[in-house]
Amino acid sequence: MRLDLRSFAVSAILLLLIAVVGAVSLSSGKFSIPPADVLRALLGGGDENIRMVVTEWRLPRLLLACLLGSALGLSGAIFQSLTRNPLGSPDIIGFSAGSYTGALMVILLFSGGYYQTAGGALAGGIVTATCVYLLAYRRGVQGFRLIVIGIGMSAMLGAFNAWMIRQADLPIAMSAAIWGGGSLNGLSFEQVLPVLAMLVFITPILAALSRPLRQLELGDDAATTSGVNATRLRLLLMILGVALTALATAAAGPISFISLAAPQIARRITRTAGVALIPSALMGALLLAVADWVAQHAFGVQLPVGVMTVSIGGFYFLWLLIREARR
Amino acid sequence: MTECKVNGPARLRVENATLRYDERIISQDLSVAIPDGSFTVIVGPNASGKSTLLRAMARVLAPSAGAVVLDGKALAQYQGKQLARTLGLLPQASIAPDGITVADLVARGRYPHQSLFRQWSCADEEAVEAALATTGTAGLSGRPVDELSGGQRQRVWVAMVLAQQTPILLLDEPTTFLDIAHQIELLDLCQDLNAKGRTVVAVLHDLNHACRYATHIIAMKDGTVVAEGAPKDVVTEKMVENVFGLPCLIIPDPVSDTPLIVPRGRG
Repeated sequence: MRLDLRSFAVSAILLLLIAVVGAVSLSSGKFSIPPADVLRALLGGGDENIRMVVTEWRLPRLLLACLLGSALGLSGAIFQSLTRNPLGSPDIIGFSAGSYTGALMVILLFSGGYYQTAGGALAGGIVTATCVYLLAYRRGVQGFRLIVIGIGMSAMLGAFNAWMIRQADLPIAMSAAIWGGGSLNGLSFEQVLPVLAMLVFITPILAALSRPLRQLELGDDAATTSGVNATRLRLLLMILGVALTALATAAAGPISFISLAAPQIARRITRTAGVALIPSALMGALLLAVADWVAQHAFGVQLPVGVMTVSIGGFYFLWLLIREARR
Repeated sequence: MTECKVNGPARLRVENATLRYDERIISQDLSVAIPDGSFTVIVGPNASGKSTLLRAMARVLAPSAGAVVLDGKALAQYQGKQLARTLGLLPQASIAPDGITVADLVARGRYPHQSLFRQWSCADEEAVEAALATTGTAGLSGRPVDELSGGQRQRVWVAMVLAQQTPILLLDEPTTFLDIAHQIELLDLCQDLNAKGRTVVAVLHDLNHACRYATHIIAMKDGTVVAEGAPKDVVTEKMVENVFGLPCLIIPDPVSDTPLIVPRGRG
């Protein structure tokens, strides 16, 4: 494709902003560290205590915010493009709720640890996505039907999740509710590596599919006659999108609105037509990194980042609805 | 008007095909050949299976029995992009992504000529420029597609299919949504493309347009081919009455000397 200078510039600026937010969040906290010491610690020098705080406490959390944010941004971009609808993001169409159901079952029935819960979330997301896909299937899957069925599914799962928590013993219900807040608290390098590995595996596949995805935006007939196998491509993209959302949910619990908002904001800034994968990923990373910093530091107590994104997302959602209604 | 080559070679053939949407059978045991270098127009009343036939020829719809064959090989056996370099389709309904510019949309017609490792090239640039020039949309290239008028938009979609540079062009009702002047302009354009050696297959609603522009007509009714051949041989009062249920008079078109249908109506 012809090089899109604007997208390129926007991506560069987003990277820069992520670096700035990263520097701020590495240096701020209960124990404030000047940027110069942060840099020294990252390069493996400086005071040993500072190095521990920066690289072992704060860095993994920042990395996870960026990685999960970009996973959510990508997932949202994929589903919004497939459904041709700014509301067609995985958190709206039930995949996050499904992941939460999976995780809840593991927590409540088997009192599983972090990895079991993550596995449950992964399975729950995939099972929900399969159900939504099959229910929406009628000679192929059309965007609007997928969204409506997904919203219905999401509501049902939400009710089921609430019921499950009510049935549980108090301490277990508490830990389930905490997980359900969506939080990066207490995560370390141990959790970074599997996420990174998954992203390294998924990203090149997605890069290869980005051009066929753009053809698919022209409608199935036009895509097919330009040499794209529309049905297979759509299924493949859905699998990748679900995997990305499930990955984020498994690692940190349900974090809403990043996948809804990031691709839309990225699209508006880059002014590209249709899907813009790289800017969406970077915007997701930036949003989650900022939201996590605010959740940690702005209110004196540590809030789960999921609470933060829901509040920001609420405003975005209102704006989107008003804008769509005026059209 | 050009002489029709009914018995000439035909790269694109439909052989004993059954075409259906799920349980609903549109055509059964349908066989059609598209003469090479022809301007073939498929006509017929609503729900006669015209578009279905065109969709099958473009591999958008797979026949449940029989086959559509290109150069002796079933379409199903072609790789997606390989087929897309020979056959181009202007679908009835296309969607332009929000905010896409004309140049960007036309450039997407180059997809089958590109790959991960061979992306935008000079040949692509030239093909897009030529397609824009041919359809008279070069002046619009920087404009967003959603701001164009219906006629301009249709020409842009034609430009996208032209940029695909396929020897065979399939057009599904290309003149709908166009006013009469733009309809004729588009058909003239198709005629020019045909004269430059492309095989053009179009589904048209207007019989008089079909008679004027087609070198080969395929008349369909209830999913079967009722008549085919040069307009002069095929379009008769009896055929129009039989296929469309329309009593009419046929006179020579004063401009092109092709058949001109004058409906009797209630007189």
